[in-house]
Amino acid sequence: MADLYEVKDLHLSLPDLTRKPFLGPAPRIEILNGVSFTIAKGEILGIVGGSGSGKSTLGRALLRLLQPTGGSIHFDGQDITYLSEDRLRPSRRRFQMIFQDPMSSLNPRHRVGKIIAGPLQVQGMDHSPARVADALDHVGLPRSFAQRYPHELSGGQRQRIGIARAIALRPEFILADEIVSGLDVSSQAQVLNLLEGLVKDLGLTLGFISHDLSVIRRLCTRVLVLQQGRIVENAPTCQVFAAPSAAYTRELLDAIPLPDPDQVWV
Amino acid sequence: MSFLSIRNLSLRLKGGERLLRAVSLNVEAGEVRGLVGESGAGKSMIGKAVLGTLPQAVEVVSGEIWLDGVDLLTLPVGQRRKRIGGLAALIPQDPLTALNPSRRIGPQITDRLVDILSWKRDRAEARARELLAEVQIDGAERVLRSYPHELSGGMRQRILIASAFAAEPKLIIADEPTTALDVTVQKQILRLIAGMQARHDTALLFVTHDLGVVSKVCQNLTILYGGLVVEDASVRDFFHAPKHAYSRALLAATPKYTDPAASLLPVPDAVIAAVRAEVAAADEAWHG
Repeated sequence: MADLYEVKDLHLSLPDLTRKPFLGPAPRIEILNGVSFTIAKGEILGIVGGSGSGKSTLGRALLRLLQPTGGSIHFDGQDITYLSEDRLRPSRRRFQMIFQDPMSSLNPRHRVGKIIAGPLQVQGMDHSPARVADALDHVGLPRSFAQRYPHELSGGQRQRIGIARAIALRPEFILADEIVSGLDVSSQAQVLNLLEGLVKDLGLTLGFISHDLSVIRRLCTRVLVLQQGRIVENAPTCQVFAAPSAAYTRELLDAIPLPDPDQVWV
Repeated sequence: MSFLSIRNLSLRLKGGERLLRAVSLNVEAGEVRGLVGESGAGKSMIGKAVLGTLPQAVEVVSGEIWLDGVDLLTLPVGQRRKRIGGLAALIPQDPLTALNPSRRIGPQITDRLVDILSWKRDRAEARARELLAEVQIDGAERVLRSYPHELSGGMRQRILIASAFAAEPKLIIADEPTTALDVTVQKQILRLIAGMQARHDTALLFVTHDLGVVSKVCQNLTILYGGLVVEDASVRDFFHAPKHAYSRALLAATPKYTDPAASLLPVPDAVIAAVRAEVAAADEAWHG
């Protein structure tokens, strides 16, 4: 299978403003420290790590929402690492993101219809109500929701709106950043099942960032484990869970409280 | 009598929607009880009702909250606050918003001791240093002079735990204390809470939506749906044989990484319909 993404020796550093001297530049912190991997078409790649491991930064760099400071990112054969915003914009349709917090990533003053139509309009695509209705159908929400405001919806429904907005553009790659961590278990199960179905039906490639390995196991075909900006494990899901090669992966697994009072844990 | 005994507590938004429907639950001295439900089930409202911190828009319709032999709802506000302040404390959910960003850590721990419990400031400060050592924070002096943004999430949560135990309360309400943390930090924090709870023999009401966490730290649990208690059981009984259909569905929806075939099942519509019917029946009984 062809690779959709090819990432080589990616570095990303940000200025550490808490340590900025009164005059002069702030020292930089290395967030990503030479990350290399590929994402094959049709794959569901899980990206795992503790807080501060760089997983969200990596995701944002893949979508060029953050500018890498070294290395390269190829998307479908094209080097997008340093592409200017103007030249990047036509490609932006092809990689989309679903955000962690559905409340703060949906404009509270816009109706759902406008929220979904917005990116379509920016890309100069058909943003008619029919197209919006089609996106709502895909995520299993009634078409009448186009008239509602985000605050009128439950957390799970809001997250579906985030998914609808992303898939409306017919992207090839979607990055989902901790999209179920704020949801109850039952809405979590619904959103995961929905996402899995969409990946199959629409032929999507998915990057799924999570700190929850139970969710990763349920959904992903391959897993990247990040620790302090470095990849410590990159293997098929079954292998990671059966025989993790990195000590850090073991530590993450052992920390998960299973819903089972007999598990030896503390 | 139980240390905390909530009897038939009903709450509603002023002039509107019901939030709790005749909830009864007991927490014995030294017991760790999980309070589990999905968002909107009313689990946080129970904690707030006990601590006397219900939002203005919420009113108590009926019921009793007995804390150490006294019904809090019959006390005048001033006396109620003193009584709660001496007996109970909260470990809040979000360690960033629970701390005032513009004040140093030290006074945020000691103020409650000085203002509400009338401790001398020296004694409160000595207690704060002692507590930071107990929650395994090194360099107490430096941390007490820090601002919240200078500390990590796990560190901030430790400080809130220290603060909750400061006045040697007999009951602690922990409202989703680890939801904002990643798994490895969550494990450390849960260990810490469990250790402190055992050493101080404090009763703990642990509010969470995570059944995995409940199975690790609690002895008993109460499951809520729509402001109604659907199951009240020991952890052992619950995880081996949940009685209520909703409880079983909730357990099936909880992900388990050790089960490769696990396909997460959302709570089936039929189960939701059945439990909603119970909620409606409770409302009817209440009116009748």
